[in-house]
Amino acid sequence: MTATTTGPAAITVRGLRKAYGTQVVLDGIDLEVPVGTVFALLGPNGAGKTTAVHILSTLIGADAGEVRVGGHDVARAPDAVRRLIGLTGQVSAVDGQFTGEENLRLMADLHHLGKAEGRRKVAELLERFDLTEAAGKPAMTWSGGMRRRLDLAMTLVGSPRIIFLDEPTTGLDPRSRRVMWDIVRELVADGVTILLTTQYLEEADRLAQRIALLDAGRIVAQGTPAELKRLVPGGSIRLEFGDTVDLDRAAVALGEAARDDAGLALQMPNDGGVHALRMLLDRLDEQDIEVDGLSVRSADLDDVFLALTGRTDGRHDDLQVPSR
Amino acid sequence: MNAYVLIDSTTMLRRSLRRMRRYPSLTFFIAAIPVVLLLLFVFVLGGTLGAGLGAAGGAVPGGAAGDREVYLAYVIPGILLMTVVGTGQGTAISVAMDMTAGIIARFRTMAIARAAVLGGHVLGSLIQTALAMAIVVVVAVLVGFRPTTDPPQWLAAAGLLVLVGLAVSWLSVGMGMATGSVETASNVPMILILLLFLSSAFVPTGTMPEPLRWFAEHQPFTPIAETLRGLLFGTPFGDDGIVAVAWCVAISIAAALWALRLYERMPQRTPA
Repeated sequence: MTATTTGPAAITVRGLRKAYGTQVVLDGIDLEVPVGTVFALLGPNGAGKTTAVHILSTLIGADAGEVRVGGHDVARAPDAVRRLIGLTGQVSAVDGQFTGEENLRLMADLHHLGKAEGRRKVAELLERFDLTEAAGKPAMTWSGGMRRRLDLAMTLVGSPRIIFLDEPTTGLDPRSRRVMWDIVRELVADGVTILLTTQYLEEADRLAQRIALLDAGRIVAQGTPAELKRLVPGGSIRLEFGDTVDLDRAAVALGEAARDDAGLALQMPNDGGVHALRMLLDRLDEQDIEVDGLSVRSADLDDVFLALTGRTDGRHDDLQVPSR
Repeated sequence: MNAYVLIDSTTMLRRSLRRMRRYPSLTFFIAAIPVVLLLLFVFVLGGTLGAGLGAAGGAVPGGAAGDREVYLAYVIPGILLMTVVGTGQGTAISVAMDMTAGIIARFRTMAIARAAVLGGHVLGSLIQTALAMAIVVVVAVLVGFRPTTDPPQWLAAAGLLVLVGLAVSWLSVGMGMATGSVETASNVPMILILLLFLSSAFVPTGTMPEPLRWFAEHQPFTPIAETLRGLLFGTPFGDDGIVAVAWCVAISIAAALWALRLYERMPQRTPA
């Protein structure tokens, strides 16, 4: 449960569980998302992010737990929830056979906006998402970034107060990613609540007021970006040596380092400060240990996971950290 | 909410119609199969089959012009039903395309009447059937199809075809949802084509071996074909008409419930 929340909650989740057969996907999740904030569900592939979003957006049912979205129980009043939410999932929910404008008009009709209001809304969204020029072409001829923008535009036709974005920037080029981030910020400025999932620490850091770290169906940490970063003081320093003799001596000299015998290297946590780095090198100099190579890495999702779960097993190989 | 069922169904129907307008080749392709079969059956097989019809006994429609003409009259219900089944194949494919293409997840997270999403497909399918049927009938008339009954009976025949269309459309929507892939969805309705051949639509059931004959006489397509034949050429069909309508209504209701249930419980195919 969150420690401090400001204002009423848009989303409340207590003890959420979901299993497919014997495979437990969500193992008791608690979340609270205040109105008008961005909440990021951060985790690697297979952590259960998409399943959580699908339950919260009424697509699938939960096995146990209480989920309230906009004050309504998703299991008991799914249609009341559906009137408040919008979902932009990982799988493109755009009809490629139709043009961008037709896709948006379909949404306007399904939201019963009426002819004039529908037309106005569609034009406004095309303009806002920079899609006016391509509006008359079938969406299947569009680029991935454009389709993703159309996808989100379609979600916004009904002016949802709570929006779920499932990995909104995965697979996008850096420019499209930035455009997406700007859109998210604009929405929140308008008082919309957003729950997004991401594999990128940087994305969560930039957009979210609160982050929950999801690992194998459990929330291993939850807090503000600053709080989470405090759990992982910095990045790490990796030192490479010419032979095992130097490696052994350095390991003794530096104490708390992790050994990589195959790579003749030592790795140790570092807060990224120049002072600490200089002290470290001074200590090696005093002992006359030669360093072949040195690399400084800033904190990434892998480090957060290492710090919180005490492992970086193969399951996390797919973690992606962009724009390092 | 229920007030919106009609509005939403109309919206979804407009979507189906727009797709039909944008890709008219699909409708022509659907009409092409029964047209080709009609020409094959009449001009290649018709002479022999027509001669055989008289020998096999039973009700032979269309007077006694020539063997080919006799068979043309006999096979017309089969060709019309083939058009309905062919459209069903197209419907199953477009439903499967919808299901595999994320857009359905969007629909399911919106407060849309659930019957509307599938109902739009069914209504669109019915209109497509009617269009394809019009093409087929024109070709049939060109090669010599002349119903010997009066317009009220023609209308009754059209009405029965709409009912068959409804049953096949709901069944196809269900099949399109159940298969989960476009490739499978395009093959499953083949069962209906096979079923059509195992009825009295193309040849009388009298010459079939006993178990097959029993099956043919008790499956829906035989009473439907007999009723159509009677309504178009005045052959006696007894209570086949009631049986045919009962089959159509029963299949429509069962298939609609099945499809709606699948829609409600549709799993997400995306990774967790």
